[in-house]
Amino acid sequence: MSLRSPLGQVLGLGTAKDGTSHWWGQRVSGAAMAVLGLWFAWSLATMSGFSHAEAVAFIGQPVNALLLLLLSVTMAYHSYLGIQVVIEDYVHGHGLKIASLVLSRFAHVVLAVAAIFAILKLGIGA
Amino acid sequence: MNNNDRPLSPHLSIYRWPITMATSILHRATGVGLAVGFVVFAAWLFGAASGPNAYSTFLGAMESTVGCVLLIGWSYAFFYHLCNGIRHLVWDTGRGLEKEQATASAWFVIVASVVLTAAFWWVAS
Repeated sequence: MSLRSPLGQVLGLGTAKDGTSHWWGQRVSGAAMAVLGLWFAWSLATMSGFSHAEAVAFIGQPVNALLLLLLSVTMAYHSYLGIQVVIEDYVHGHGLKIASLVLSRFAHVVLAVAAIFAILKLGIGA
Repeated sequence: MNNNDRPLSPHLSIYRWPITMATSILHRATGVGLAVGFVVFAAWLFGAASGPNAYSTFLGAMESTVGCVLLIGWSYAFFYHLCNGIRHLVWDTGRGLEKEQATASAWFVIVASVVLTAAFWWVAS
């Protein structure tokens, strides 16, 4: 005998009506990634070199630091949304699926924070 | 009622992959690959911030044969995912969904991604 009401037992089991926000988030972050990604690809291709001094000088430039920050956040968000769908499609079993999703979110946050910290350190002056 | 004109479901033994299916699978595969590339992106930034020693470890890994192959792979994955992502955004407006159009845009995306990858490494070298 459960103390939960019949309504309480079924609430939240459906789509929870938030499917479109994921769709929109993926599309809008994808459009942002197209612009930021092309800038980054162009920057890499035209960089004078990849020595430590050259990398530090590039990342520390205010405009580059700003765009790298935007790129890091957008990439983490877009990547998380994509990996989320892949996990939901291929990882079966409720517990393993939830664990994979949490692990993916942790990993994306760690990478984004590491990237942001590094850019700020070099941008603000190490 | 005549049902002879109805399409048959695919017989697996004679099924030929449509190119649109390959581009769809490749979109997901390159997306997962690029997510792994995010680790390298963060490692590049963090290595640079950590100092010359940490950075040289990173650079050494990237300049190895395996590193170079992976970097070429990531550059292709980026340009493919970019081109096919734009194709998806066009589809989202309701355009280009006819079978012939989708097949044509699939080939266009494949050619464009190879050309862009070649152009990237040509500018970089």
